[in-house]
Amino acid sequence: MSETFERYFVPQPSKFPILGAAALLLFGSGAAMWVNKVGAGPWIFFCGIAILIYMLFGWFGQVVRESEGGLYGRQVGKSFRWSMGWFIFSEVMFFAAFFGALFYVRVLALPALSTGENEALLWQGFSGAWPSSGPRVADAFTPMGAWGIPAINTLILLSSGATLTWAHYGLLKGKRSQLKLGLLVTILLGAIFLSLQAYEYTHAYAELNLRLDSGIYGSTFYLLTGFHGLHVTVGAIMLTVMLFRSIAGHFTPEHHFGFEAAAWYWHFVDVVWLFLFVVVYWL
Amino acid sequence: MTALTHDRIGAHPPHEHAHGPTGLMRWVTTTNHKDIGTMYLIFSFIMFLSGGVMALTIRAELFKPGLQVVEPEFFNQLTTMHGLVMVFGAIMPAFVGFANWMIPLMIGASDMAFARMNNWSFWLLPPAAILLLGSFFVPGGATAAGWTLYAPLSVQMGMGMDLAIFAIHIMGVSSIMGAINIVVTILNMRAPGMNMMRMPLFCWTWLITAYLLIAVMPVLAGAVTMILTDRHFGTSFFNAAGGGDPVMYQHIFWFFGHPEVYIMILPAFGIVSQIIPTFSRKPLFGYASMVYATASIAILSFTVWAHHMFTTGMPAVGQLFFMYATMLIAVPTGVKVFNWVATMWRGSLSFETPMLWATGFIFVFTMGGFTGLICAIAPIDIQLQDTYYVVAHFHYVLVAGSLFALFAGAYYWLPKWTGHMPNEFIGKLHFWCSMVFFNITFFPMHFLGLAGMPRRIPDYALQFADFNAMASIGAFGFGLSQLIFLVAVVKCIRGGKQAAAQSWEGAEGLEWTVPSPAPHHTFEDAPVLART
Repeated sequence: MSETFERYFVPQPSKFPILGAAALLLFGSGAAMWVNKVGAGPWIFFCGIAILIYMLFGWFGQVVRESEGGLYGRQVGKSFRWSMGWFIFSEVMFFAAFFGALFYVRVLALPALSTGENEALLWQGFSGAWPSSGPRVADAFTPMGAWGIPAINTLILLSSGATLTWAHYGLLKGKRSQLKLGLLVTILLGAIFLSLQAYEYTHAYAELNLRLDSGIYGSTFYLLTGFHGLHVTVGAIMLTVMLFRSIAGHFTPEHHFGFEAAAWYWHFVDVVWLFLFVVVYWL
Repeated sequence: MTALTHDRIGAHPPHEHAHGPTGLMRWVTTTNHKDIGTMYLIFSFIMFLSGGVMALTIRAELFKPGLQVVEPEFFNQLTTMHGLVMVFGAIMPAFVGFANWMIPLMIGASDMAFARMNNWSFWLLPPAAILLLGSFFVPGGATAAGWTLYAPLSVQMGMGMDLAIFAIHIMGVSSIMGAINIVVTILNMRAPGMNMMRMPLFCWTWLITAYLLIAVMPVLAGAVTMILTDRHFGTSFFNAAGGGDPVMYQHIFWFFGHPEVYIMILPAFGIVSQIIPTFSRKPLFGYASMVYATASIAILSFTVWAHHMFTTGMPAVGQLFFMYATMLIAVPTGVKVFNWVATMWRGSLSFETPMLWATGFIFVFTMGGFTGLICAIAPIDIQLQDTYYVVAHFHYVLVAGSLFALFAGAYYWLPKWTGHMPNEFIGKLHFWCSMVFFNITFFPMHFLGLAGMPRRIPDYALQFADFNAMASIGAFGFGLSQLIFLVAVVKCIRGGKQAAAQSWEGAEGLEWTVPSPAPHHTFEDAPVLART
């Protein structure tokens, strides 16, 4: 065999990983101190966040420069694709834990609490019907309806998936303005989604008395939608970076993994939302 | 099997041999898979000694009935932290260290697919260890909820619990990045001609382990996040008064926890599957069936989690399902054990230190497998739940399984790492001391468990005194024996018989085609394997 193979890119030593490690040490210890109201907790926590942001900027900046410098061959591109795919799968499993909790409570825990010995001896008169804040969290609350803001948000996220694909087509066909406009619209739709979510939360606290401590309904509602919102935020930041990179003239129709990765991530948060809409808001 | 030709493409670029920082900064900033592998191995050994000191304190307390060495509360912290440190600090990072060192060498890759991220995966571990071990010194001490961190205990602990939660988050990030790196390296970086079904079995077992890690570490992150919000933000996931359920924690935890035990044993299977053919001077018997058996174990591991929960309340149908699913795992595991034995059958065997450990592994690990089968039977498990029988069982698979395989692998590849052959006398002394003291420590625990001694208790009834004294003596012997390993490794680094590229007579595979010690950069141009 006398084929020639291009060498795989192996980066030079880097200071960014140790910065990231220091950031997470401060983040973790600061958060643990903060939740226990110990001394400088929040300061240490935000110090960690600041270092983390600096590290991410530096690290991704270097990756972008290496990519634009043509250091990444086809094989490196393939590595990036595999890794992003499996990273998204790990995110799916993170959400699966919370969806699993929701299903477990609705199918097993609440029926068990409201029937048989549990009902007779411990929680008399507890119906266990969903939505429930459990037998002993007294404050009444109104559950979040599906057909107001959540339905609008579903439309917004679905359209944002379409505008992103339109931007991708623009990139593939070399229509740069379509790419930039598509990205901009997608980011704006994401921002509207997040604002509506924020409004929904204030509405829930102020008028529905639906709070994080409203029993299991409040727990699952806020953690599922909250982690989803966090992922939308991250996705929107990724898309914003891609927008700036597009403006700076990065990406070619053949070579644009950064854009693709952000797009995959965005579609992933879309799909999570569809599940959320059906099982958290609707059913 | 692997005839090699190096296909050099032109001269080396000039920057290639101008290495980066030196001294400490070399290790801090390195992107070299061998450096990172070494750091993983050193880190895991330090954690192994820390967890070992905790274990010996536990055994000192249990040497005789009554309370003499530590307070009961501190005893609970020790059992908890011993588990967390050994699982997340010692066993898992040690296997990742092997993966880092050996996988690129075995598949003919120049490095891991993401060399910078690889560095981050490692350097996240010391911060996690600082949070975890530091939790001993905060008010209230470390978490004492058991390594499983069951609610509602874990919802009630002090600040040490929060530190443990964040440590687990950071270790999870490290594991997921490490696992993605390994998957991508194996799928994308194999030298031309290295088909999947030609890969050394160690790579296969790690590939499958990495998938398990990607699938379950996020679930653990979710579980401890729910504990965190239950503790501080008023949620009711594990609080029945709010409609939640503490048993739900166990389900989520063990959905992670059972695949986790295979995460700790599958790479061990891989190491043993490398060593036994070498010293039998025969190819591995049933290579393909080994691959399929590994995959079957991994898939089944997602369907057996509630066998950890037979006494926590479950419909009989559930108990039956989890019982039979668990027993099914004995089939692919049996395939593996029989294949190892069949590989040795009529081989021209020699018992150098790595082979001793691997053979010892088969004996003692199989015992742990059998007691696992016994624990899987729901009506028996209801008697054995939370007794020392369970402690004996999982130490037979984790110490005699994972740890013995790690030692086997260390002695096997030390020549490649250091360039010197390990001293056979010291290695064998380490093996025999470990083997004897291991069994003195843990075999009596079967009897204690069958007689009803509960685990995680600092005091016990007089009838258990003799076996406990025996176990404690064995534990101190086992602990001291591990210092022999330290001597063996240090001696091997500093000198000894020069190792050839193919350090062991029957050793096959790409890693034995590079010089010993392996140069800083290997396979920068992919080797081309002859077609078979």
